[in-house]
Amino acid sequence: MSALIQLEKVAAEVVGRRLLSDVDLEVEAGEFVALLGPNGAGKSTLIRMLLGLHPIASGRITVLDQVPEQARQNVGYLPQRRRFDPDLRVRARDLVRLGLDGNRWGFPLPFNRNRAAVDRVAEVIELVAATAFADRPIGELSGGEQQRILIAQALVRRPQLLLLDEPLDSLDLPTQGSIAALLSEICSHQGVAIVMVAHDVNPIMSYLDRIAYLAGGKAVVGTPAEVITGPTLSRLYGTAIEVLHAADGSLVVVGQPDPPAFHSDRHHDDGHHHEYDRDPRRPHSH
Amino acid sequence: MNSFPSPQLSWNVIADVRALLEYPFMVQAFRAGIIVAILAGIVGWFMVLRRQSFAGHTLAVVGFPGATAAVLIGVSSTYGFYAFSVAAALVIAMLANPGGSRTSESAVVGTVQAFALAFGFLCYTLYGGFASSIGALLFGSFLGITSNQVAVLAAVTLAVVAGLAAIGRPLYFATVDPDVALANGVPLRTLSTFYLIILGLTAGAVSQITGALLVFALLVAPAAAAQRLSLRPLISLAWSVVLAVAIVVTSLSLAYYYPYPLGTFVTTIALVTYLIVRVVRQ
Repeated sequence: MSALIQLEKVAAEVVGRRLLSDVDLEVEAGEFVALLGPNGAGKSTLIRMLLGLHPIASGRITVLDQVPEQARQNVGYLPQRRRFDPDLRVRARDLVRLGLDGNRWGFPLPFNRNRAAVDRVAEVIELVAATAFADRPIGELSGGEQQRILIAQALVRRPQLLLLDEPLDSLDLPTQGSIAALLSEICSHQGVAIVMVAHDVNPIMSYLDRIAYLAGGKAVVGTPAEVITGPTLSRLYGTAIEVLHAADGSLVVVGQPDPPAFHSDRHHDDGHHHEYDRDPRRPHSH
Repeated sequence: MNSFPSPQLSWNVIADVRALLEYPFMVQAFRAGIIVAILAGIVGWFMVLRRQSFAGHTLAVVGFPGATAAVLIGVSSTYGFYAFSVAAALVIAMLANPGGSRTSESAVVGTVQAFALAFGFLCYTLYGGFASSIGALLFGSFLGITSNQVAVLAAVTLAVVAGLAAIGRPLYFATVDPDVALANGVPLRTLSTFYLIILGLTAGAVSQITGALLVFALLVAPAAAAQRLSLRPLISLAWSVVLAVAIVVTSLSLAYYYPYPLGTFVTTIALVTYLIVRVVRQ
């Protein structure tokens, strides 16, 4: 069987501006791949292109041997987002169920309980260890609990591929670790390939098969050890970059230029999603 | 109401109810009121979930110029309510950002609303006052509801309920989780337009009983209270309808016995119901 995702010389444009060009990437079944890079590098845009939600400027994208729009039904997607409104009176379990059949016309009738669907929802909630809080309103759950529910929602149709846009964003460090472990388990035990956008590679580093690092309109693909090195990143950014190895094994990327041109276009890159919580003065950790 | 002896509320419930239903105009009022309450309970439930109360209010306010313009050109105000509310729904759907950004929607909606009220008053002024008073159009009345009006209300309600039954599940999905719904193939834009038209029809229907300015009481309060009573969508939807019907029936009964405007009762009981549920379900 050929790769789940194939990108050949793909270019991306956002409001007429070239964001990425010549991106080549293949993702095989069961692989865990991270998309890294600074704000505005085109990570979310690339995810949206894989879903057929953003036009491909040039090149070719194949997902599950189909064009992205057709494959979308068989891909689990977790968009980048803020937390749900605390007042949203919707049970977590119902949100997972919507991922299964929420796109079907009609109205769920109370006397017509689909046993298979109910069981599948319960099963996937158990898989992400969310059974204890699945009957509470989604808005009342913590960030980590919400993320588990959303991963269950993305998995409920048994997709071969999960596309996750910053699933660790705005979670505390221990929660980032447990969600990363959960994702790795889904990869290895369920055979699902995962492509996820991340700001910080450290929580997922030990689980990753490969990295696609996006910067300066280009992408470098390889294992973490190949990609996150001073020379590789310096070539990508076109300026001197240093990678420091901390005692706990985590990496810190130093000298990365803040790309002012990208910040104004940040809004278009992600549609209506924002990241207000990034401090531009803070060194970017990887 | 001064043309017949003022009825007195007694402790004999059966006698009270019999007195209530003695006059055909009251029977007509109960029919229209219950139909409108069912409609408002269902459509309002989605409106509260979608956080589109402001749009709902505007579509109702637009019914006012619709009604006055209809009278000005010599048509029944009933059709004016529906025509203007649905037209405004289409305008809002067209002008609002396709992405569904609430900010741009509220700007469009607010502008339409102010214009509508002023235009309604202009029509009223041009006509020089009409048979049904401006007070009834704005604040509601249960007098003189025709059987034709009730028939149209019933038809509109049937159409709206059938329409919502067809799109219920994807509309719910699109409302609580739009990003994933879009990725799963739910047509957000189409659903949003369809729902606004439904909301327009509902606002046009409900304002004929509660008046254009007080539609809110029936669209928001029962739905908001119901969403606190149950987390299960269908049960909470049922609560919304039950509460709306209870509010209307109680209000009509009180308005029959006490010489105060219907709108006062509807809004007061709606507010009290919501507050009680909020306190109990803290």
